[in-house]
Amino acid sequence: MYKTYKDLPAEPVASQHTEDIMTGTWRTIRPVLNEDKCIRCYMCWKFCPDMSMIVEKEGDYPHVDLDHCKGCGICSNECPRGAIRMERETL
Amino acid sequence: MIEMMNANYAAARAAKLARVDVTAVYPITPQTSISEKLAEMVQKGEMDAKFMMMESEHSAMSALIGASYVGARTFTATSSHGLALMHEMLMWAVGARRPIVMPVAARTIGGPWNIWGEHHDVITERDTGWLQIFCENNQEVLDTVLMAYRVAEDPEVMLPIMVIEDGFILSHTVDIVDVPEQEKVDRYLPPFKPEYPVDVKNPMRHGGLMMPDWWTEFRYLIYQSQEVARTKLLEAEKEFEAIFGRSYGGMMEYYKCDDADAVLVVAGSAAGTAKEVADRYRAEGKKVGVAKLRVFRPFPAEEVRRLADMTTTIGVFDRSYTYGDGGAMFNEVRSALQSTGSVMKDYVGGLGGRDVTVKFIEWIFDDLLRIAEAGKADRTVEWVGLKDGTGRW
Amino acid sequence: MESTESTKRYKFTIPQEEYITPGHSACPGCGEPLAMRYLLKALGPNTVINVPAGCCAVIPGVWPRYAVKVPFVDHAFECTAAVSSGIKAALEKKGMDDVTVVGWAGDGGTVDIGLQALSGAVDRDTDFLYVMYDNEAYMNTGIQCSGATPCGAWTTTTPGGKHIQQRRDKKKILDMMIANGIVYGATVSVAYPDDFIRTIQKAKGIKGPKFIHAYSPCPSGWRMDPRKAIEVSRLAVRTGAFPLYEFHNGKYSFTKEIKKRKPVEEYLRLQGRFKHLTPADVAEVQALVDREYEALVAKVGASGR
Repeated sequence: MYKTYKDLPAEPVASQHTEDIMTGTWRTIRPVLNEDKCIRCYMCWKFCPDMSMIVEKEGDYPHVDLDHCKGCGICSNECPRGAIRMERETL
Repeated sequence: MIEMMNANYAAARAAKLARVDVTAVYPITPQTSISEKLAEMVQKGEMDAKFMMMESEHSAMSALIGASYVGARTFTATSSHGLALMHEMLMWAVGARRPIVMPVAARTIGGPWNIWGEHHDVITERDTGWLQIFCENNQEVLDTVLMAYRVAEDPEVMLPIMVIEDGFILSHTVDIVDVPEQEKVDRYLPPFKPEYPVDVKNPMRHGGLMMPDWWTEFRYLIYQSQEVARTKLLEAEKEFEAIFGRSYGGMMEYYKCDDADAVLVVAGSAAGTAKEVADRYRAEGKKVGVAKLRVFRPFPAEEVRRLADMTTTIGVFDRSYTYGDGGAMFNEVRSALQSTGSVMKDYVGGLGGRDVTVKFIEWIFDDLLRIAEAGKADRTVEWVGLKDGTGRW
Repeated sequence: MESTESTKRYKFTIPQEEYITPGHSACPGCGEPLAMRYLLKALGPNTVINVPAGCCAVIPGVWPRYAVKVPFVDHAFECTAAVSSGIKAALEKKGMDDVTVVGWAGDGGTVDIGLQALSGAVDRDTDFLYVMYDNEAYMNTGIQCSGATPCGAWTTTTPGGKHIQQRRDKKKILDMMIANGIVYGATVSVAYPDDFIRTIQKAKGIKGPKFIHAYSPCPSGWRMDPRKAIEVSRLAVRTGAFPLYEFHNGKYSFTKEIKKRKPVEEYLRLQGRFKHLTPADVAEVQALVDREYEALVAKVGASGR
């Protein structure tokens, strides 16, 4: 978006958001949800520090935004039903 | 309207006339009466501003940066240790491009303690990116604060400005000041409208983390704005003169410099004394001149170079010492005059409240005229007025 | 996993709207973005945040991007509350009284270098919300001891070895701010988002200086598995190491009452920063936690109902 200093805003203000930063590449383990065990309590959504456990609307099952999930495993640890397993990423 | 007041009250009155929105202050001698006057004017309802009593000068500058981000016109004043404590935020104000205007009653920095005037506090802040304007008298302080807002808030500048008044010599000395009418000031100074205000309807991050890939470019923009400010300062003064009928010679005032055998470069109140001595010497047929260094940042290198066409011998009066090869002001002037063949010498004195008297300036002019005749300086730096056992001082 | 948070099915128990964006730079399992996420869910878009140096300056990302959907102002380390005062004054001058100003700083930026400015802003009666996200050390510079590092914790400047080095407890910042004159104060934890949000919303409705002490786990600095971040935070509350309570109208009350406290060892043993502690050291920490907790119980008791 900026090519030269002439394109820059006079003040160092930032106005774009970070969605295009693919923090999912940091991940070494990934959460995998077993919908059969999921009770849709949304604890995983509530405790995700990366807003990567997506629930579109109430009643839906959560799904993982793998572009951004850093694989911290909090969702897996906090799931009251053990419905989220952390699997090792492979190349 | 003509009134009698010291430079501190002149500065505070200028803040009121400029319709400053937010002030944040912390007391320090010899600036304190600026803060007191602001408090009084706000409390009496004469000035429609938020007045904040801070817990330090560091916090005062910080609060103004916050207020300025929102789009408030901001004002504070300080001196000495207060300015030194602000140092970090002075630089933040520049990087964040906040057009804060701040009179500084220039003073020593300890230790040992000394509350009196000199330029060491402001000179050591010359590298922060603030524009710095030295004033000769109380009228110039009031007028310069108004001009400063006009330049600082210009979208092409957006940099803070220090308006420098000599501690006690101006800050506490009553003089005649012509206080302009509010409606004229309103005509001169439009409201502050920043391009990127803090606004919940248009959220942005102001001053966040920046990587090496663009840092240089943003520093370059500050450099560019400093360069543009040269023109803006001249334009602001021209417009000021058109409305108020007063002007101060732009970046550098040449007083009897044409055809001079020697010229003394001097900033601040001592310029008035130097002009007085120049008048006397001219009357005696001694051809001396005074170059009043009014704007120190951006440094008027072009204006200084013009001196080389007027004279061969140039002295610089440093009312501070920065422990280099000569004082800071001397080195900047010498650097601008490189390869012009000018013969130069640095005069250090007037420190810690010691008066710069007619006798003091006479001593410098006599020395400069000797140098002009010899065609070379006897040394680089002379500390003038030292009790050296010769009985002269 | 046992939890005191609501597990009501098919329902969001906290606001769905997000005000921070994925792609931010926090380490995996970091509590800071969670704390800010809850804060903004509670406050909504009519909010201005200002932050000093620290993880909070790095987590929102690198220019020209940032991960927050409200105005966000950065500044130097020691001046959070002073900048908040300035922002609030300017908003008031412009008649924008309904905007909530939040000074957001880490523990080092609050209890150490930022304390003077914080005290001044409270003394000036600045109408703002100051939130200290407490990860109990200087984490952004690499885990140095701060005034909020707890008794016994390893940091790079309290390397300790085989024995407890850091004997004193955390600075009692909330007590200090209460003595300083805040109108509302509370502790919150990322392990209790419903309580977190309720507390912030309550604070928002009170005019004057408010101080929130937010517990924010740091897996990197606490030498623990990131997945345990919330579990550890919950144990901090359940052992009494970080009790959840509030101060309002001169009275103390628990916002999360713990009927039977767990042994503090359960909290310590999940974290590498405490692994060098001997049984005697653990007993010392337990005694300290007991003493502080009993003092708090007494204050709550004295406040009546």
